[in-house]
Formats: sequence, structure tokens, C-alpha cells
Amino acid sequence: MSFPWAKHYEPKLPLMKWLDDRLPLPRLVYNAVGAGYPVPRNLNYFWNFGVLSGAALGIQIITGIILAMHYAANGAIAFDSVEHIMRDVNSGWMIRYAHATGASFFFIVVYLHIFRGLYYGSYKAPREMVWLLGLVIYLLMMATGFMGYVLPWGQMSFWGAKVITGLFGAIPLVGTPIQTWLLGGFAPDNAALNRFFSLHYLLPFVIAGVIILHIWALHIPGSNNPTGVDVKGPQDTVPFHPYYTAKDGFGLGVFLIIYTLVLFFAPNYLGHPDNYIPANPLSTPAHIVPEWYYWPFYAILRAFTFNIFGIPAKLLGVVAMFSAILMLFFLPWLDKSPVRSGNYRPTFKKFFWILVADVLVLGWCGGAPAAEPYVMISQLAAAYYFAHFLIILPIVSRMEKPLPLPNSITEAVLEGKSGSTLSTSTQA
Amino acid sequence: MATLETTDTSADAAGDGVRRRDFINIAAVSFAGVGAATVILPLVNQMNPSADVLAQASIEVDLSAIKEGQAVKTIFRKQPLFVRHLTGAEIAAADKVDPSSLRDPQTLEQRTVDGKKQWLITMGVCTHLGCVPLGAGEGEVKGEFGGYFCPCHGSSYDTAARIRKGPAPKNLEVPKYAFKSETIVAVG
Repeated sequence: MSFPWAKHYEPKLPLMKWLDDRLPLPRLVYNAVGAGYPVPRNLNYFWNFGVLSGAALGIQIITGIILAMHYAANGAIAFDSVEHIMRDVNSGWMIRYAHATGASFFFIVVYLHIFRGLYYGSYKAPREMVWLLGLVIYLLMMATGFMGYVLPWGQMSFWGAKVITGLFGAIPLVGTPIQTWLLGGFAPDNAALNRFFSLHYLLPFVIAGVIILHIWALHIPGSNNPTGVDVKGPQDTVPFHPYYTAKDGFGLGVFLIIYTLVLFFAPNYLGHPDNYIPANPLSTPAHIVPEWYYWPFYAILRAFTFNIFGIPAKLLGVVAMFSAILMLFFLPWLDKSPVRSGNYRPTFKKFFWILVADVLVLGWCGGAPAAEPYVMISQLAAAYYFAHFLIILPIVSRMEKPLPLPNSITEAVLEGKSGSTLSTSTQA
Repeated sequence: MATLETTDTSADAAGDGVRRRDFINIAAVSFAGVGAATVILPLVNQMNPSADVLAQASIEVDLSAIKEGQAVKTIFRKQPLFVRHLTGAEIAAADKVDPSSLRDPQTLEQRTVDGKKQWLITMGVCTHLGCVPLGAGEGEVKGEFGGYFCPCHGSSYDTAARIRKGPAPKNLEVPKYAFKSETIVAVG
């Protein structure tokens, strides 16, 4: 499962040898994230975001376990218990802000990780399973993040829960029973809060499990690289440790600086002030918005304001929103170009940046009120989003004439065209 | 020491017809499957509303204090319920509309009880994504059709709480209710 020239684990201490003979855990770690894993020598800083995502998950699990020690999942006291954490629990304010800010940063690094995979074609053969498992992780993150946002039981928590479970109510015939079943009542209440807490605690560990599969699937072919060219020999790789442990360590430092800056100086910047108002089932906030990381999909949901062929707009919006994510599962087969890296695909690259802009526009619309001109802009942007994957990408991957690829990673590195930035190879 | 004296090589291993072992396999797996389904049923069903939630599933509302043109918000199944005493003008406005021109065609008669046309009782839950529309409280905006207005995504309902404009697909839901006397109505 690795390259033949990968270094073999040789225990230095007698204790480690004793352990390795009985339970080869040191060997597993050595081969997974140690010197036993050969990695292309030309990875740029975009390859940091996998490790950063793992670090963000670690922060969430540690702070989350602590918060669960002080939080009470009961509709009557949940809001007060969060205020108790903020005011009374020693360092509680910091731990809660670390968790709330950490959720946003988890999504930031995961979005950059996905961006990297899209640009450098990391989803293509033979890494399809890595991509698919990554999407599973992303879906689990969305579910976990949503349920976590409900727990403080503020106005946005309550109405977010109502709107999101209301999405299931759009399903014909069985919609309302499903919504009632999900909530354990006719509206969000104690039953919903308790089950969301239970699942919010469970899912991060499921995510950790799928991450293991994600890394396992990655280590079969090995990491992609900025040229997208396959590893051809030992000269193309360096051992993960110490080369990339050092590079990832540096990236981790930068990440933590930015994260703590937000954590200590603008902890509420990425949240919504209405969530500091206790949940009130009789009063809807004027402007319900989910957390920022759902905005692009929320915009697609709201883009459908008209019925098509008698299918109600609400159902269309829900179907479109879920399709926007599920479609990504077919990406490895929609993009048929054998060239992986966007650096060697001039036409793809242009459309790729348009897609990035399109998703940012969708995000901007998703956070805006449901009024013109945002509705019209989200309709156009949503249409383009689907067109990119279903029309543009298949056509581009057939028609495009890619730039000449380097013969090997080493050749690219020695010619200074390792693709270490996003555009160095355009003139190749 | 026990040894396997005979191995079934004759008829069973020949592969023609259903072997005794095939039958046992299918029977055992089917039995286990039914057992698993039986276990899953309560595990899934526990998510449905519990008895205490269902016990609060019906309420009584006293109408005597609601003057003409007024409305009250109360809670039914943990959701807002609007009870509105329509004025003559509001009833006329609702009757004037041709139901066939509506998104969810219904007349005011169909949405109220016989002879109690002035009592419009609906859920205060927008049929789009479940926000609480404005218009029942004192001084709240009623939208351009004089009924209810949902601030979330701009759905406007008329004086019969029928959807007239905006993304909501249906009229405000009319729950099951019955008049127990002239002034007491039982909802649920």
C-alpha cells in the first residue's frame, strides 16, 4: 500500500520492539504519518489543510467534551446553562468561544481543503474513494454543526431548528410525519433538544472514524501533488516525517495565530446576536439566517420562488439544496479529463475561478434578506452552480487542450515549475 | 477423539436442487432479519412524540374576550395558534375573491365553521418554512392583503389567512376544532 522504497519501521528501544512484536501500533503510526509514508516532494501550502482540519476536529472534541460537563440539555435551563458557562464556570467563556469559533474555523479549513482538491484534481482516479469519503465527512460536519447551533436554545437555535426540520416537511405525503418524528413533537422542544445533544456528541467520533478511512484510502495511491503527475520513483518523494510534519507544523502555527486572534478579539463576529435572546416559539426573528458556512446552500434553497410543472417551490428548493451537495459525489465521473492539476488546464482554470466567485456570491445572497435583488442573483448563481458541474465541466474536459505536462515531479521541481503556486505553470 | 466420519459428497454437493443447508441458511437469515426488524421498530418509534407531548395536544379557548377586529395568539401543540374575530369588512374582502384565482383555492366558508364565519382559527405557522406570521398582535403589520404577513420570506395572507403572495405554498393550516358553547372552542 505504499511505494516500494518506503522506509521500514525499525524499533530503536527494546520496549518499542516488544510492543511492536505484540501490537504493531508504532509501525502503523510510522507508516501513516511518520517516515514510512513517502510524499511527493513538491507539495505547496494548500496541502496543509488536511492536517489543519484534523487539528480543528481535535479542538472541537476537546472543548466540546468540556462544555458537555457544564451544559444542561433541557429546554427550560439550556439557555441559562450556557450563560452559566459564560459567567460562572472557570475559563468557561474561553472554552465556549473556542468551541464556537472553532466550528467556523473547522469549516474554513475544510472549505480550503475542498478547494485544493477541486483545483488540483485530487478527486480523480485513483483517488475517487478519498473524495467520496471526504464528502461524507463534510455532510456529517454539516449535520453536527447544525445540531450544535441548536443547543444554546437561543432564538436562532430555535428558529434554525424549525426551518431546517421544516425542509423535511416539504417531502410529499410523508413530510409532516417525518418532521414530527425528527423533532419528537410538533415543534422544536425538549425532545428535539435532547436528541440533538446526543447526536451532536456522537457524530464527531463518527467523523473521526471516517477520517481514518479517508486517510487509509489516500495512502493506497499516495498524495496528489501540484503538478498532478504520478510519482515515478524515489527521487520524486520525501518522507512525511520530518519534511511534512515540519511544513504542517508551521501551517498549524499560522492557523492557531489567526484562530486565537478571532477567538480573543472578535469571538461573536461569526455568530448572530439574536442567539443571545432565549428561544421564543411565539416570536420569529425578523431575519432567520443559518451559520455562514451554510449560506451558499441556503441561497440555493431560497432561489426557488416559483412552481415548475406543478411541483411546489418549497420542494424544489429542498431538492435543489440537497442535490447541490449530492452532485459532488459524481464529480470524479463528470470531469473526464485525464489531466489532474488545474495548472495545466487553461480552460478549466478560468471556469474554476468563475465557480469560486459563484459560490461566494451564493454565500453572500444566503446571508442576505430574502428580497430583491438577492433572490434574482441567487437564482442566476444557483443555475450557474449546477451548469458548471453538469454542463461546463463535462464539455470542457472533452474539448480542452491541456498544456504539456512535465515528465516527472523531479523534472518540474528542478525546472522551477513545480506548481508551488497556483499559476507558475501557465506559461509552460 | 472425534473425527468427521463422512463428508457429504453425494447428492448434496452435486448442486442440483435445493440443498438442506440452503434451506437452513435462508430460514436462519430470514428469522434473524425479522428479529432485527422487530428490535429496530421501538428504536425508531421512540423518536415519535411521547405521551406527555401528545397529552398537551388539545386545548380550549375562551372567545368571550375577543372583540370584533381583534385576534389572540395562544399555544397549541407548542406552536402559535391565531384566533381572529373578523370584522364585516374583512369577511366581505375575503368573500370578494374568486377562489379559483388562488394558489390554494378555498373559500372563507370552507375555512370556518357553519354559522361562525367571523371566527377564523388557524395555526400561526407560515406554510413556507414555519415562521410565525405577523398580524395577530396589536399593532403588527398585516401585509398588503390585510391578514397576516410573514417577515421571514415575505409571504402575505389575506383576511381568510389564504396565501396570496410570496413563497408559501398553502393557506395557513386550520386545525380540527369544535365549538363547545357559544364562547368556548376546543382545538385538537
